[in-house]
Amino acid sequence: MIPLDLITALPELLLACLAMALLMFGVFRGDGATPMVLLLSVVTLVVLIGLIALGPRGEGVAFDGLFISDFYGDFMKVLVLVGSATAMAMSLRYFEAEGVVRFEYPILMLFATLGMMMMISANDLIALYLGLELQSLSLYVIAAIRRDSLRSTEAGLKYFVLGALSSGMLLYGASLIYGFAGTTNFETLADVFAELTAAGHGPSLGVIVGLVFLLSGLAFKISAVPFHMWTPDVYEGAPTPIAAFFATAPKIAAIALLARIMMGPFIEFVAQWQQIVVVISIASMVLGAFAAIYQTNIKRLMAYSSIGHVGFALVGLAAGTEEGLRGLIVYMSIYVIMNLGTWGCILCMRQKGVMVEGIEDLKGLSKNHPMMALALGIFMFSMAGIPPLAGFFGKLYVFLAAIEAGLYALAVIGVLSSVVGAFYYLRIVKLMYFDEPVEAFDTPIGREMTVVLTGTSLLVLLFFVVPGPVIRGAAAAAAALFAG
Amino acid sequence: MIIQALAFYLFAAITVASGVMVISARNPVHSVLFLILAFFNAAGLFVLMGAEFLAMILIVVYVGAVAVLFLFVVMMLDINFTELRQGFLQYLPIGALVGIILLVELIAVVGAWVVAPEAGLATSLPIPPPDQVTNTQALGEVLYTKYIYLFQTAGLVLLVAMIGAIVLTLRQREGVRRQNIGEQVSREATVEVKNVPSGSGI
Repeated sequence: MIPLDLITALPELLLACLAMALLMFGVFRGDGATPMVLLLSVVTLVVLIGLIALGPRGEGVAFDGLFISDFYGDFMKVLVLVGSATAMAMSLRYFEAEGVVRFEYPILMLFATLGMMMMISANDLIALYLGLELQSLSLYVIAAIRRDSLRSTEAGLKYFVLGALSSGMLLYGASLIYGFAGTTNFETLADVFAELTAAGHGPSLGVIVGLVFLLSGLAFKISAVPFHMWTPDVYEGAPTPIAAFFATAPKIAAIALLARIMMGPFIEFVAQWQQIVVVISIASMVLGAFAAIYQTNIKRLMAYSSIGHVGFALVGLAAGTEEGLRGLIVYMSIYVIMNLGTWGCILCMRQKGVMVEGIEDLKGLSKNHPMMALALGIFMFSMAGIPPLAGFFGKLYVFLAAIEAGLYALAVIGVLSSVVGAFYYLRIVKLMYFDEPVEAFDTPIGREMTVVLTGTSLLVLLFFVVPGPVIRGAAAAAAALFAG
Repeated sequence: MIIQALAFYLFAAITVASGVMVISARNPVHSVLFLILAFFNAAGLFVLMGAEFLAMILIVVYVGAVAVLFLFVVMMLDINFTELRQGFLQYLPIGALVGIILLVELIAVVGAWVVAPEAGLATSLPIPPPDQVTNTQALGEVLYTKYIYLFQTAGLVLLVAMIGAIVLTLRQREGVRRQNIGEQVSREATVEVKNVPSGSGI
């Protein structure tokens, strides 16, 4: 008989075993087997999506309360897996064209994905930290995977040093919380804090400082201002498909983890962390909107855009309500799809076999590649939040939640910075449609790219026709987190 | 009791003093050696607290592996540390300011420290009486049972670190002549043993 714990953590266990099996396959077959390893990795992730969506449902905690499986976790894990699988599928052609084919790279992406799933399912401060480190270490290595390129190694090193600093802050915060409550388990922490509030005590200074450090460490991982400074450099320096991966899956995992901690054990201290989240959110939205205006490199522009998007998502968290959490989940679902599509377009920017990254290179794209220009145009309008595209609904739900929670100033600043941000998104549309064409990009872009671009742009375009599944799923996920 | 207090102050004073020497020594090798001294004294502090397992782990892992690794790196990298330190002092005012602010905050936190009244009850794992169970046994009883999930995850983190080290540093160089003993031994067709008559040569 299989112990119940193993069924509860079945997706993670399966992913760990398959990743190690693929590692052995790669070691014995050499770098020549990279396409095979990559294909099998994508298949693994797709199988996991199926397993989580349809497989045996093992709800509840496992491993003595270290691991939790609930609908909230399942929903976020599916988003992470979609992001990872798509980023991986988009990367094969790039690495073959650049002549750096290494089989370790899909393996490390699998381990990073495993770490993200563990983060989402963490129910204990130690489990949280180990999941986070598994994810971060894999990401540091794949940022520097082009070890002969100065920019790539610089990106990896910068990410590593700043990431180690943030891990230190997170651990220090966790140790203060442990010193206060005598436990690292989220459920027991919630009990301790609830009894404290019931007894009429406010939170002590020590635990608040611990919470601040924990928040800072996680804010670094989601690249929220003022912990954002690594993002543009790392996105610019890392190979483009890796940057596409960085912009999607790890952000979902870290935001999911942040929401689980804040809405779980620390819900009693909502008045304390709400102020911090509001400030971080405003700073991220404003910086994301203004700093992106001067960018000439599309990867840096996307980095600032992702900082801004994290700010908008945090508006939902700042509300501190179930509606806010639902808005956050809807926002992140749409964010993943939009970003995968946009990064797919960036990956197609190749002139005579060389990748180009300048925004100016997009001039007159509509004349040379009408379909690609249409897709990128849809993504840009969606990111700017123009109805009826998907991005509008993401913003709508978080701002509605903020207004219901009485955070009027936050909602107004959010809408204003969204208007400023629309400037640079629309500038790209203007470059593509109204400027004289420059050199055309290489064709064909490849079958997997066509599938990704068509799929994501249709999803973004037609979201308003059937928004039901995502909205209902997000509502159920938010309810699951609040009930638990 | 007095001996314990004396030992504590001795270990603590040497730990702090060698910590200061780590960052102020001119010679990086001296820094590493002072670091080892700090580790030894910290291990002494652990023994005083009754955590003998942690003390031994600290010696084995930090002194045995980490510090020796540091020493290797310091000796193998040809870095002029005095040159690196030039201009170090110009950051002193701002560094001191940040340090003082952090110190004040820490004093505020520690001074107002309270432990949640339920903390004693909340500990998920009651600590066994130290006079009946040794540290090692107490850890061993939970590490592979209650904390198996964390133990395995830590193993995965180490695996990723190993893959990362290999990916980022291993280079397959062209034109390296490797010795293949099997081939050497079995090359009968090309080697001939001749009986050379003395005085005449071949």
